[in-house]
Amino acid sequence: MHLGQLTPVATKPATRADSRMRPRSLAVAGGIVVAVLVAGMAVAGVGPLLQGLVDGLRLGLVIALAAIGLSLIFSTTGLVNFAHGSLVTFGAVMALYLNTMEGGPRLNLYLAALIAVCLGGIVAGFAEVAIFGPMRRANLPHLSLLVATIGLDMFGRNAILYFVGSRPRPFLAYQVQERIQIGGLSVAPRDLVMMALAVAALVGVAVMLQLTTLGRAVRAVADNGPLAEASGISTRFVYIAVWVIGGALAALGGIFHGMSEQVSWNGGFLLLLLMFAAVIVGGIGSAYGAMAGGILIGVVTQVSTLFLPSQLKNAVAMLVLILALLLRPQGLFGRKVRVG
Amino acid sequence: MSVWEILADALRNAVGPGAAAYALAAIGLNVHYGYTGLINFGQAGYMMLGAYGVAVTVAFGGPIWAGLLVAVILSIVFSLMLGIPTLRLRGDYLAICTIAAAEILRLFFRSDIAAPVTKGVNGIQRFADAFYALNPIPRGYYGVGVLRWDESTLWVMAWAWGLVLMGTVIVFGLMRSPWGRVIISVREDEYVARSVGKNVFGLKLQSLLIGGLFGSAAGVVLALSQQAVSTEAFMPEVTFFAYAALMLGGVGRTWGPALGAVVFWLVLSAFDSILRSGVESGAISSDIIGDADVGVFRFVLVGLGLLALVAFLPRGILGTIGRRA
Repeated sequence: MHLGQLTPVATKPATRADSRMRPRSLAVAGGIVVAVLVAGMAVAGVGPLLQGLVDGLRLGLVIALAAIGLSLIFSTTGLVNFAHGSLVTFGAVMALYLNTMEGGPRLNLYLAALIAVCLGGIVAGFAEVAIFGPMRRANLPHLSLLVATIGLDMFGRNAILYFVGSRPRPFLAYQVQERIQIGGLSVAPRDLVMMALAVAALVGVAVMLQLTTLGRAVRAVADNGPLAEASGISTRFVYIAVWVIGGALAALGGIFHGMSEQVSWNGGFLLLLLMFAAVIVGGIGSAYGAMAGGILIGVVTQVSTLFLPSQLKNAVAMLVLILALLLRPQGLFGRKVRVG
Repeated sequence: MSVWEILADALRNAVGPGAAAYALAAIGLNVHYGYTGLINFGQAGYMMLGAYGVAVTVAFGGPIWAGLLVAVILSIVFSLMLGIPTLRLRGDYLAICTIAAAEILRLFFRSDIAAPVTKGVNGIQRFADAFYALNPIPRGYYGVGVLRWDESTLWVMAWAWGLVLMGTVIVFGLMRSPWGRVIISVREDEYVARSVGKNVFGLKLQSLLIGGLFGSAAGVVLALSQQAVSTEAFMPEVTFFAYAALMLGGVGRTWGPALGAVVFWLVLSAFDSILRSGVESGAISSDIIGDADVGVFRFVLVGLGLLALVAFLPRGILGTIGRRA
């Protein structure tokens, strides 16, 4: 800001461009949502539309939870983690094992979920400590690290397939549940609990990022790594921390996804594609962007099933992704940086 | 299975049409990743478009050459669709969009909506009879010792490896042309390229188009050699196999893709055979690895192999040898 007053010529165009872009970002997001909602209402009517909104919100919260880690890891370490889908599946499968699988301890679902979330954080932290940290310090090219995350994902996904098989399975406590009716809407109680917990987790992440020392350190490293390092923040610790947090949240997202659908070895990978759409729509590298983008993608894809065959759900997300890239590549919450 | 049989089997696979298809896919990735620095994680999508381009065209009564034309057009459209929104942005965007687009395209092809054209989960079979009818090689088995093929496999192999050779020579020539020098400068530092007035976006798009065409050619080879296409053959893992082959051979090396594909298939099919014969002979308990798990283990191995390649052999075979020499 001070610099801006000293050199108005240099900064003025940038600020003007910024203020011009903001309404446009709202227009893009709003336009997509309104178009989908109107189409949904026109085809299916108000009742199904509301139902679709609720289901979309549920899916969106799952995507948002899982995508935060993707965004945090990207903004601090600069790495797009293609193995994030495996972390999502890992969380769901660990909870499934602790909850229902033969040979497992058959714990209560909440306890199983808690342990699985911790394990997800530990595994992700381990990936940073054992694989990506050393690779980064060995000065391997950025592209090699991306290929390494791909290798890790392929390993993780298929290792899970080996252990649980290809058949999707539900959690024990939630196989059948009476849906409750609220003014024409039918929601399973498990989904209400799940959505409340997801919102609580999202608020928790926001509080952590804004108010705690760790959160401030994460934001500082994301903003400018070398500067943060110079002012005494251990970037190495922050890197590990974002992997642990991201892994735990991905595991939580995976468990929630498994609660409302089923747990399958490939679920995380399919969710990863939606997560990518979410972080790009929201602004790659912005945690709040990932939340907003996740909810937007969830609602849009779910509501689109009212007027399109549900097999096209993922294709709709892809379409939104490409539209967002064309109209506002830095995303809803992203900073405008000239790249490439 | 004896050691010799395993070796012979591995060798047969390493020079078979499948390996040639992966070599072609890896040549495309070499243009993208090795020379231009673009990360395309959707090569399986290009391959699928190539394979279905031929299969669908022939299934609807068109000749094979029209199918090839359709494959080329689809590949170009796919490149433009992915490249125009992402290539102005940092490289990660292309990586994300290609992997998402390829997988979503695959899900679309196997869905009921696309089924009237793509035949959904069943796929399309027996569409390459016209291609095999052109085979001038008389019936019989050819080869030396354990390496023997029938006339139609030989016919496909001649085309496939001919394409690999042609592709390698074309890429070799391209990268030594003035155009190729600029492409390599984009990989090294695109700001330098831009500062001397090069249209970096245009160059990247051209590279994406060319590499994508090789990907489609790989799909065509797969489709013709198997006389069958199905969406299961183009899972995201296919792209990662091609990356593994490229990285094994040597990224940015002329013969890297071809050598990498051969070695990759040699290792992979030897591993498969050993595992399979271990299961059959009972040396490996069927509780640990059932018949169905052998395929899964191959993916696990390739995943670990990719990690190991990045960590320990980032220059691949050719790069490592070349540096010492």
